Amino acid sequence: MARDPLPGALATDLDGAFEGVVVAHGGRLYGFALRLCGDRRDAEEIAQDTFIRAYRALGGYDPARIRELALRPWLYQIALNVARNRARKRRPATIPLDANGAGAGGLSESPLADDAAQRPEATIERAEMGAILARLVADLPQRYRAAVILRHIERLTYPEIAAALDQPLGTVKANVHRGVRLLRAAWHDQQLHERETDGSSTATPAR
Amino acid sequence: MDHRQQRLLADARRLVRGLHELAGEEAPAGILPAILGELGLADRYFPLDSPIGPLLVAYNEHGVAAVGRGEDTAAFTEGYARRFGRPLRPTPAPPAALGHAIARRLAGERAEIRFDLRGLSEFERATLLKAIEIPRGEVRPYAWLAREIGRPGAVRAVGSALGRNPVPLLIPCHRIVRSDGLIGDYVFGNAAKRAALAAEGLVPDEIETRARAGVRFHASDTTRIYCFPTCRNARRITAPHLITFASDRAAQAAGYRPCKVCRPAIAS
Repeated sequence: MARDPLPGALATDLDGAFEGVVVAHGGRLYGFALRLCGDRRDAEEIAQDTFIRAYRALGGYDPARIRELALRPWLYQIALNVARNRARKRRPATIPLDANGAGAGGLSESPLADDAAQRPEATIERAEMGAILARLVADLPQRYRAAVILRHIERLTYPEIAAALDQPLGTVKANVHRGVRLLRAAWHDQQLHERETDGSSTATPAR
Repeated sequence: MDHRQQRLLADARRLVRGLHELAGEEAPAGILPAILGELGLADRYFPLDSPIGPLLVAYNEHGVAAVGRGEDTAAFTEGYARRFGRPLRPTPAPPAALGHAIARRLAGERAEIRFDLRGLSEFERATLLKAIEIPRGEVRPYAWLAREIGRPGAVRAVGSALGRNPVPLLIPCHRIVRSDGLIGDYVFGNAAKRAALAAEGLVPDEIETRARAGVRFHASDTTRIYCFPTCRNARRITAPHLITFASDRAAQAAGYRPCKVCRPAIAS
């Protein structure tokens, strides 16, 4: 793989090159945050905070260190910290909010659900599968969730994930495997559940 | 492998494929400007041809922040960093909407331009926002502007606020002249001020000849209303009906009342 030119550019001109970091990694980081927290607005804020922290951190690094930086895993690492800190701060407030707004949040608000009506069936099915999977991923326990997302959605290598999570390689591999196993079980349950509901709904014509 | 195992394997493959497909989200469009703005990295400048020569225009997510002479980009960016504390980087052209608005404004059409006046005092902002109201092709004295913003005693302060106008030409501080009617100073110098006024159809020499002759106001003997000479109402007065006054007091003593458009004095 060609060497990423961004760290070199950042080392010589942080202010000038930083926009390139946001352009190159903004989508991925937002997607990562979205899988991690399951909410688009939170994901946007996490992504923004991540870049702001990254910029401030880079300001304190010496150029040699910046040049050696593997940006992607490093940014994921910051995003994980941002997401963790937010979750910690918010925990007391989210419980009553969720209780009040039951049914308002979650999947019904996802754009996938909103425009499903305008799509061909195969796409709907895939979009639905995507939405279900996204929810199952977001429901995984934190330690497996990050590992599974980094491995199978962001498709980082195990050493990269180990760097991002700051965990030993063996722990990372174990967490990915356990995470996927949990996901498969949840997915299986989900499908069983779907088949049951499908069975009851096929009796009435579609629409 | 039995049927059940095969199905489990297929399910697992489908699951991992499904996970792969969850990648590739597009970042929301507002995220880049929001981040750059938060970090103070959003400021860009581009070259602009204008009636007073080549200019440099700096803008960020809040609007146009500075206008400078086009000859010396280093001086412009350094001055900008000193004054606003943010780095400035070049861009070949502004965002389409901004470029369009500026072109229209310079061509004399109406166009809304957003300005970033955050670094200014309340008084400076009030002065500049009032200057924007002066129509193209017309001039007003400093004392008029001071009175209009409710600070009639602050004529000199108005002068220095205009002298600190970060966005000359786009906020038309060139339309404010000395209280004796002479063209006076300008951020970019007297010659540029004359050029800017000439580009709007005014004749600077004429303005100064009139001022030196002691003429401050034009009036019509049919309407018995007096105006600043460049007011659009004053320009419609035909020669046989044109009366001139050297002062507000003289006009009112002659039974004339101030124009409600250019407000040479508060109409009583």
